Amino acid sequence: MIHFDHVTVTYPDAVRAALTDVTFRVPEGELCLVIGPTGAGKSTLLKAACGLVPHFTGGLLEGRVVVEGRDTRDHPPRDLADVVGVVVQDPASGFVTDTVEEELAYAMEQLGIAPSVMRTRVEEVLDLLGLATLRGRPLADLSGGEQQRVAIGSVLTSQPRILVLDEPTSALDPAAAEDVLAALTRLVHDLGMTVLLAEHRLERVVQYADRVISIASDGTTVDGAPAAVLADSVVAPPIVELARLAAWHPVPLSVRDARRRAAPLRELLVGSKANRHPSAAGDQVARKSPVRAAAPPITVLAARGVHVRYGRTHAVRGIDLTLSSGQVVALMGRNGSGKSSLLWALQGSGPRAAGQVLIIGPPGAAAKADPASMRPRDARLRVALVPQNPQDLLYLDTVTAECAAADAQIGAEPGTTRALLDRLTTGVPDPAHPRDLSEGQRLALVLAIQLAARPRVLLLDEPTRGLDYAAKRHLAAALARHAAAGAAVLLSSHDVEFVAESAGRVLVIADGELVADGGVRDILAASPTFAPQVAKILHPVDLLTVDDVRRALAATR
Amino acid sequence: MTMHPLAWWVWALGLAVAATRTTNPAVIALILASVVLVVLARREDASWARAFRGFLVLGGCIVAIRMLFYVVVGIKTAGAVLVDVPRVALPSWAVGVELFGPITLTGLLVALYGGLRLATLVVCFGAANALANPKRALRSLPPSLHQIGTAIVIAVSVPPQLVTAAAGVRRAQRLRGHEPRGVRGLLSTAVPVLTDALSRSLALASSMDSRGYARPLTGRTDRRVSTLVVIALAAASMGTYGLLDGTSPRWLGVPVLVIGGAAAATASILAGRQVRRTRYRPDRWGSPELLVAGCGVVAAVLLVAATATDPAALDPSLSPLSWPQVPPVALLCAVVAAIPAARAFRRPAERVAT
Repeated sequence: MIHFDHVTVTYPDAVRAALTDVTFRVPEGELCLVIGPTGAGKSTLLKAACGLVPHFTGGLLEGRVVVEGRDTRDHPPRDLADVVGVVVQDPASGFVTDTVEEELAYAMEQLGIAPSVMRTRVEEVLDLLGLATLRGRPLADLSGGEQQRVAIGSVLTSQPRILVLDEPTSALDPAAAEDVLAALTRLVHDLGMTVLLAEHRLERVVQYADRVISIASDGTTVDGAPAAVLADSVVAPPIVELARLAAWHPVPLSVRDARRRAAPLRELLVGSKANRHPSAAGDQVARKSPVRAAAPPITVLAARGVHVRYGRTHAVRGIDLTLSSGQVVALMGRNGSGKSSLLWALQGSGPRAAGQVLIIGPPGAAAKADPASMRPRDARLRVALVPQNPQDLLYLDTVTAECAAADAQIGAEPGTTRALLDRLTTGVPDPAHPRDLSEGQRLALVLAIQLAARPRVLLLDEPTRGLDYAAKRHLAAALARHAAAGAAVLLSSHDVEFVAESAGRVLVIADGELVADGGVRDILAASPTFAPQVAKILHPVDLLTVDDVRRALAATR
Repeated sequence: MTMHPLAWWVWALGLAVAATRTTNPAVIALILASVVLVVLARREDASWARAFRGFLVLGGCIVAIRMLFYVVVGIKTAGAVLVDVPRVALPSWAVGVELFGPITLTGLLVALYGGLRLATLVVCFGAANALANPKRALRSLPPSLHQIGTAIVIAVSVPPQLVTAAAGVRRAQRLRGHEPRGVRGLLSTAVPVLTDALSRSLALASSMDSRGYARPLTGRTDRRVSTLVVIALAAASMGTYGLLDGTSPRWLGVPVLVIGGAAAATASILAGRQVRRTRYRPDRWGSPELLVAGCGVVAAVLLVAATATDPAALDPSLSPLSWPQVPPVALLCAVVAAIPAARAFRRPAERVAT
């Protein structure tokens, strides 16, 4: 169905090729997963498969790409519209119409399908993806998961044989991601559709894949059966890391397979004393940061009865919350449950209908203050927020200029922000335009700008979107360092593996209300949707990450 | 089902035509009031509707700029002098340009009236934009104009998106203690907003492309279309010339224009056959639409007729100065224009929803 023959893609003005001599063949009815570190060329490969590279993006494509017998050299994307359906990374950016039903019909209208056929196909897709209740709703009002399903539905209605998806679950909570992936596997299994899918969160998709194409940072690829490719891939989900640690061959890909192999490991760990975790509170700091916070934890943020309303929507309904220094806290919950609203309200610049937020200042400064009543430049010294789209904070044309402006804004010594940036990530070039950085580098830049003010409370809204495993590890380490220096960190995330690795305490909110608050082990391990892979595999052993297992094993010896 | 978008565009166009017929500020204010009233009563809670405030601000800016231009470089007519600003002598090569000079009440009023009229046109455009979802309006175009229509509609939907994006960026930048002020502040907001708008439109274009937008039918190009388009263009230019030039023969005016129009319509129909495109649940045109569009047309006809019969009332005299009068026909025009604001004329489904 999809055939790449010695394909090399070079973008204009690029130093090196984005893809180098890529050859593979995806037969009909396979779900093919494309993996690789950030910026390796996953999106380029997907765009080449649907003709957007080079017809839309420009650049030089050598070799041949043949899709369902059509060479993309002679067929621009619009001529492939009846065989290839494309779902882009940010579904909202690709919406042409305003309501769910019109969006589903759009591609069919372009292909000139008869109105009666359109009507029946729209109804079928509404049922297939569970969108029937949303049919008349404006697209802008939908949650991320709903938008993603509409985007998939809008290409399904024209009944393509091939579906190309770029990170379809990156914005979704675990349950919504499972829904989308279940819909995709149904299409592959029942309708024989071919799916080409790029994803960073391999733990979610790897079990459904029939084939994996792994792109290295230099643009070369390896393809083959998932277990074989993943066994020595740079990016690997926790299940594969665990398999490497326990020397399982071949590598299991589903939790079910791994559990059947894990019995000896579980016995070993149950026998180990290390697994009996000390009291949850002390453990939270100790497990995450080797440097234990010098001072005993003190409360740095106290919020009482916070309500947020947008028009008729009551997004946050009376949340009480305290954060202590030295803590990394994760805020979890469904798409649209009020996580972002709560973070913006705590920061003070978002709307807050009722309630009180107090930041307990460092000794010497005014003891308590409400960030909403402060000037923005003073508020950020106490509470800083890294929003969901970090690039909105950047407005200058080089990294150097941004760092210098950040130093000037807080009156810090020149070079402070740059030094922080270098601790967060390596290799950010000074003259680069912030837009040209990779997702991980851009997040690091914004985080460095916000950290330069040394805020007492750091809030992050969905920081892991688009980050690969290495970038997430850097981020987790940076957050742990900031917490150990006497601050509190609150991050909202759908990424259970990241939360398991970085946070000590978890808050779960649903419909704007706080429904659970506790240690990361208590909350994550107990929940069927939020449990990380390692916890599922080793249940009832109470370990969440591969690092936990490694430490526990070390203690047994 | 909401109102057919074309109904709102016809209504707004009618009021815009009415506004161009007069310089009387009282009449223009009445029309403006009707437009604002209808928008406030009928707009939905959507991004395109929220941009209406931006159009009002833009209208205010137009009036201010028009008056500022008069003060700085305008030709200073005779009349009661308000402020006697000394004239700035310009070098001889800039002959004909006057910098500053005595500001007269007459001149200032001419600038104000002209600015108000232009502002009303902009507000009428904004009203149509706020009331009719621009993306739905596209769906009502004939198939041959579909591609141009899509481009126009996307262009029209950019300003409201920019307003939303600018608010988001300013909010985000306050997070880093940056309170944008002055030219530098404007730049710091504009850069992310515009780069964002550019990348968003590229994403939209690629999505439309890969979903088959502008997909031609292979092997079916109709030569008659290009021939007809050439005939239509030639007829349009000749007809316009004939109409405007009093000495040319009579047949060169309206009849040639009609021929040109017919050729264009035929070309559009033929071209439409080449575009294989169908419509999913097209908008219906019913009595509420007829009423809304009718109100706009009647308002325009009233003022056009009034200028033909009694031009003095709609163009208040400025030398000698006199207070603008409100002729009864203008009052009637404003009332007709405001009729769509009434609840009774909504579609049943809309009434339930609100």
